[in-house]
Amino acid sequence: MTHNIYLYILVMAAVTYTIRMLPLVLIRREITNRFIRSFLYYVPYVTLAVMTFPAILSETGSVWSAWAALLTGIGLAWKGKSLLQVSVCACLVVFVLELFLV
Amino acid sequence: MINNNKNWFLKGLRDGIPISLGYLAVSFTLGIAAKNAGFTPFQAMLTSLTNNASAGQFAGFTLVAAGAGYLELAVMELVANARYLLMSCAMSQKLSSDTSLLHRLLISFDVTDEIFGVSMSVPGKLNPFYTYGLIAIAAPGWASGTYLGVLMGNLLPVNVVRALSVGLYGMFLAVIIPPARKSKVLAGVILVSMAASFAFTKLPWIAELSTGTRTILLTILLAGGAAVLFPVKEEEGA
Repeated sequence: MTHNIYLYILVMAAVTYTIRMLPLVLIRREITNRFIRSFLYYVPYVTLAVMTFPAILSETGSVWSAWAALLTGIGLAWKGKSLLQVSVCACLVVFVLELFLV
Repeated sequence: MINNNKNWFLKGLRDGIPISLGYLAVSFTLGIAAKNAGFTPFQAMLTSLTNNASAGQFAGFTLVAAGAGYLELAVMELVANARYLLMSCAMSQKLSSDTSLLHRLLISFDVTDEIFGVSMSVPGKLNPFYTYGLIAIAAPGWASGTYLGVLMGNLLPVNVVRALSVGLYGMFLAVIIPPARKSKVLAGVILVSMAASFAFTKLPWIAELSTGTRTILLTILLAGGAAVLFPVKEEEGA
């Protein structure tokens, strides 16, 4: 059986869209259950923290440049710098350090 | 109101710049995977425009390269993208309950790690136009990066790709750190999350699980634990 690449793309897109769409369409009201409200409140922080560390350490050419980017990012974010500033500075730190490290 | 929507859209465009740049770098490598699976630049770009999912697309390209069946591919996408189910649940509470069905259907198109994270970081309820602004600039970055990845393979200097790839993490930090400064509980939750995530990459058996599955497990365990130990007071729960 030969497969059609556009059908492959359609299957991927349909499944991915459905996963994202169902909760947004079905949960129309504000949830009053305190546990679920608290759980959903913590979800973004846990998910983003989990995805950042330790994954960032293996993204660059050296763990040291990655650590420097992580600490720079935390420091600047702590000071309330914007998304763009934090993000660009983390990239610059890696780029400059790797001129020497790698 | 119109003016308000326009302002939110413009703010979204601005905040979407780092997302777009990060996407360009990440999707470039995604394009290389697509090329190996036999996709043309157009087909790869179409996949990115309609999927907007890094891990899901990587997994998909790998299966397509292996000549997998459609059902197999569908199950794979379900597993690789299951974390978006949690994100959409959280996002449903960030929208005002009178947000129309059309807005809900449109936002659903692009609930990615980054667009979710940044959308959740605005104070109060989310105006859908903010998310549209983010999508309007981030989605083209994702799609064009994939296109270029297929077309040019490894042409971009590797040190530039590596530097750009930490951009997305910088953005995650800019989302989670500022509120942690105001709340010791949040700061603790973030620290524990990072430590547990590190431990999960080392523990036997658990380390064998895919990154997506580990992310879901950790999110359910830790957000659930925090909800039991530190239930949120009504006014914080927005």
